[in-house]
Parts: sequence; C-alpha cells; structure tokens
Amino acid sequence: MSNQISGIAASNGIAIAKVYMLVDPDLSFKEVTITDTNREVERLHDSFNDSKKDLEIIKQHAIKSLGEEEAEVFEAHITILADPELIGAIETKINDEKINAESAVKTVTDMYIGMFEAMTDNTYMQERAGDIRDVTKRVMSHLLGVTLPSPSLIDSTSIVVSHDLTPSDTAQLDRQFVKAFITDIGGRTSHSAIMSRTLEIPAIVGTGDATTLIKDGDMVIVDGNTGDIIIDPSDDEIKHYQAEAAKFAAEQAEWKALKDAKTVSADGKHFDIAANIGTPDDLAGVVDNGGEAIGLFRSEFLYMNSAELPTEDEQFESYKKVAEGMNGKQVVVRTMDIGGDKHLPYLPLPDEMNPFLGYRAIRISLDRQEIFRTQLRALLRASNYGKIAIMFPMIATVNEFKQARAIYDEERQKLIDEGQSVADNIEVGMMMEIPAAVIIADKLAKYADFFSIGTNDLIQYTFAADRGNEHVSYLYQPYNPSLLRLVKQVIDTAHAEGKWAGMCGEMAGDQIAVPILMGLGLDEFSMSATSMLQTRSLMKRLNTEDVKVLAEKALEAESNEEVQKLVENSCK
Amino acid sequence: MEKQDFNVTAETGIHARPATILVQTASKFSSDITLQYDGKGVNLKSIMGVMSLGVGQGAAVTISAEGTDEKDAIAAISETMKKEGLSD
Repeated sequence: MSNQISGIAASNGIAIAKVYMLVDPDLSFKEVTITDTNREVERLHDSFNDSKKDLEIIKQHAIKSLGEEEAEVFEAHITILADPELIGAIETKINDEKINAESAVKTVTDMYIGMFEAMTDNTYMQERAGDIRDVTKRVMSHLLGVTLPSPSLIDSTSIVVSHDLTPSDTAQLDRQFVKAFITDIGGRTSHSAIMSRTLEIPAIVGTGDATTLIKDGDMVIVDGNTGDIIIDPSDDEIKHYQAEAAKFAAEQAEWKALKDAKTVSADGKHFDIAANIGTPDDLAGVVDNGGEAIGLFRSEFLYMNSAELPTEDEQFESYKKVAEGMNGKQVVVRTMDIGGDKHLPYLPLPDEMNPFLGYRAIRISLDRQEIFRTQLRALLRASNYGKIAIMFPMIATVNEFKQARAIYDEERQKLIDEGQSVADNIEVGMMMEIPAAVIIADKLAKYADFFSIGTNDLIQYTFAADRGNEHVSYLYQPYNPSLLRLVKQVIDTAHAEGKWAGMCGEMAGDQIAVPILMGLGLDEFSMSATSMLQTRSLMKRLNTEDVKVLAEKALEAESNEEVQKLVENSCK
Repeated sequence: MEKQDFNVTAETGIHARPATILVQTASKFSSDITLQYDGKGVNLKSIMGVMSLGVGQGAAVTISAEGTDEKDAIAAISETMKKEGLSD
C-alpha cells in the first residue's frame, strides 16, 4: 500500500528512485569491562583505519566538487585520526581501566572537546571541538558496526532524505546519482531549497517528519512541482508519474527553444531576465538558460568558501571570471552580506538576540572598512573585463548609502592615482530590502544608480516574520497588496529619477508574481537560472496593457489569496 | 638534540591549515619532536597537542628534535614555518 506525505515544493521536476537516508545512526553503547585488552586495542586501530579510509574518499570527492580549500576540513580530520597522542591516550585507557574501546574513545575525546570549548576567547579553537565531535562520530560508527552516511558515499541512483542539508552536504551531492532530495525542515528560500534549484534537481523541503516516515531503501516518487511524496508507490502510480515526468521534460524542451530569444511581451516590450548566482561555477547555468544579465552575484560565498578573508587578488580573479564569462552583459555584484544566518569562522560576530536585525551586511562593511575597501578595489579592477555594477545590501538610510558610496569613490580615485585603469560606466546601486529604505526611496533615488528589490528579506521585515520559522511561514505573502505597494513605490521612485529598478528575490521568478511585476513596470527580473526560460515563455504570452490593469486591481485587493486568484483567473 | 626558536608572525597564530601541514611535516621524521611555548611542551606530531597550546601572533616558540634524523627534521620544519607564513 502506498503512502503519501507532502511538503513545500522547492524545485521543479519529478523523480522516482530508492531512498538514501542521510541521517545519523544510533551511536549509543554501554560501558563494559573487558579482559582481552589486546583485542580491544586492535578494534580501536581498525576503527581509526576504516575512518581514515572513509575520509580519504570524502576528501577526494570534496576536492572535485568543492575545490581544494573546502576539502581542507577533511584533511584536518584525517590529521586528527593520525594523532599519536590521541590514539595513545585511548590505548592507555583501555589497558589501565580494562574498558571497551567505545568507552575509552568517548572519555578521551570528551576531554579534548571540553578543553577546546573552554577556550572562550578563541572562536576558532572552540569550533575545533566540532571537528573532534565529527571524527569521533565516524570512529564510533565503525566500532559499533553501523554506517555513518555521507553524501560522498552515494554511488547509485538515489533520492536523499535528511533532516536538513548543510551547504557542504549539498555541494557533495553527485548529480549523476542523486535524482532528488527531501528534508524535514526548511522553506522555499532556505539554503537547501536554493541549492536544489541551482543543481536543477527536484526537491521537497519542510515535510516535518520525512525522516521518520521514510526508511532507507524505500522506493519513492518525488513530485517537485506539487510537493507530493509517494512512498512505496503502486505500478499504476509509477506509470502515471513517468508520464508526468515526460510531460515536464517536453515543457522544458519548449522553454529551451527560447534560449537565444530576447525577453519581450506579446506586444513587444522588452524586459531583462537575469540570473542570481553564488559562485563563478554557476556561470554555465546562466549561459545555458539564456540569461540577459546577472542581477545578483552573492559575493559572500567567496568569504564562506574560504578559511580566511579572501584577498583582493583572489576576489579580483572571481569577479573577472564572471565579468568575462558574461561577455559584456551586466553583472551586478552585491557586496558582502555576512551576518543574519551566514557566519564566517574567521570573523567572529557578537552573539545577538536577533541576528537578522543585527550586525550584518553593509553595517559590517561600514564598520570594518578594511574588509569593504578590499572588496571594492577587487571589483573596480575587475570592471576592466566586462560590465560590472555594484550594489550594497541592507541599506536602511540615505546616510548609509552616501557613506558607502563615498568609500567607493575614494577607492576608485586611489586606483586611478596609482595609474590603474578602471571602467567609467560602473553603476552603483542598492538592495531594497528594508521597509525604511522603501519609504524614503525618493531621496535614495537621487544617489543610487539603480534599485534591486530583495524580496526574501523585504517580506520578512515587512511582515515581521522570520523566514526560517515554520510557525510563521503563513506570513510569507509575496502577493499581499501591502508588499506590492512597496514594490510599486520602489519602481515609481526609480523611474522618476530616470533610474532602473530590478528584483532579485525568489518572487522575480514566481509565475503568479511575474504578470503583476510586469504591470508595475519592473525593468529587470533576476532569478534562479532554472526559472529564466519558463519566465521568458510566460512573458511572451502577456500583453503590457492587460498586466497594467491586472496590477492596478492587485494593488486594491485585500489579501495574498485574492491577488493569487486574480492572476490565476486572468492568465489562464 | 637540534633546536630552533621561532617568532610567530602569522596574524592568526598557529592553527588551521598551517598547523595541519606543520604536524604532517613533523610526522615524516622518526625523531621525537617537541613544540615549546609559554613553559609548556607538546608533541609536534600531535595536532590536538599543537592546537591545545593556542599559539597566537607574536608568540616565541621553540621547536626541538631528538633522534637520528633530527637535523633534517628541524630544517624541514623551519622551511614549512616560512612557506606557510607562520614565521619569517
């Protein structure tokens, strides 16, 4: 008998495969007295050796998918396993106290973990406690004879099921084998959801309890278009979904045909469809999906994929690669947006009650100017290799923008004085994601060259609803007229000063929102690369006069649901 | 016994990748190798030992080796310290 559960559809597509559970096994054990200490020491050495073998495989995989630097953490883990003092101390415990290897490993590693965690003045050392914990978990799994799963160890066609997926988990997923994934927690804009769209594999997040309802090896169907999961499907269900998958593939083929077409409405008005990217590696996806620009290059990934602050030259190389790769098409780079839910091990931030309302993004950049200046110099130098634009995240006041722009102007002048060449057409704009900035957009438009609306944060701040908290997820209301009115204000104030307005949140690729945004006169739509062609296909069918009327009606509606119905009825 | 003093110039002290590489270098030799800092000594082949010292920027450390390949060991470690930007 098949069993159906559902979650939030995070990435389109249909997959049918067996499940690989990415869930920690039960690692509990009892302390027992042993007599054969030699045999216990031998078990200890075997578990260390087997762990080393696992980590070598994981490391090689990580080098391939993440790069040398990201893989260093696994090298550090291997070094811990090779530590003579560590294994020596455990051996001594086994021999002296005649206890089983599991107990000895736990006592000794707990001692080290306690020692590192006690170094409260050194965040780096405190985090090493996590490394020891990770390594211990692996050793323990070998002692207990259970499998500790890792995304790198998947070697057959699978659907991954886990509580959540960390950035390093998702980066290790091999698309050759992983056909879809399902998680217990998360929403449409959580990290795992965004990654699923970048990887172009179907995903369902926020199911609540998929890890308890689904078992390793179960056959499941994932419908990433609806958010439905069918466990142990019948033959008829498999047939039905195979047909659905074929239909989806045909639709995608139709979209692919629009790859080299310009984005125009039915009556010939042009809009820019751009892509959101995280690393230079995402370029291929942008080109393959016919992007007319990059509307958001999230530069913080350069900081997150590094063991220390990236140097000016390292950053320059990344920006240059993207600028060149886009061949003269605009690349909007957002300066560092760290803080909130994104942390850097080498840049300790204060513990805050409300990190999303705290020390993040431009607030850090204006405070730690040496970091900001390094980034601006790298961007200015890269401007020689394409069409770079720069935008500042989390601007709340006119003064913040003026300060950031002044620092930019200073660095630009310095480079020119040093005799370096800098492009003279660099636009400097800002994200619109704080309601205070939207309200004073008419003043900001005098100083900024463009606005880009970051809807994920703008919705979170406008509705005062944490975007990661599933208890208030009903307040993620992109079509609510309250939000649409803010969007209209941003577009109108930009146009009044002869500037352009774009959007780089999830909403820009939302098929319900797109007609309204066209009607409001949005100039640039920046979205996941995989949504671009579908959106181009939708825009082709719409007439600007019709969507203007639709947008006016939407602004006067009362609720998110009313707007959704309005669009569904008019764009059938 | 072979001995050398170092002044740690790296901004972040001895940790992360450089620490791993230093330990890996030491582990290639059969000599007993010790890192001394602030009155404490640890086995340089032990990553946990090295990290537990919490050696920061500006620290004066002494590395000593005792065994058949002590000279080569100190030479190799000295080179690693420079190459990894830990010391001048």
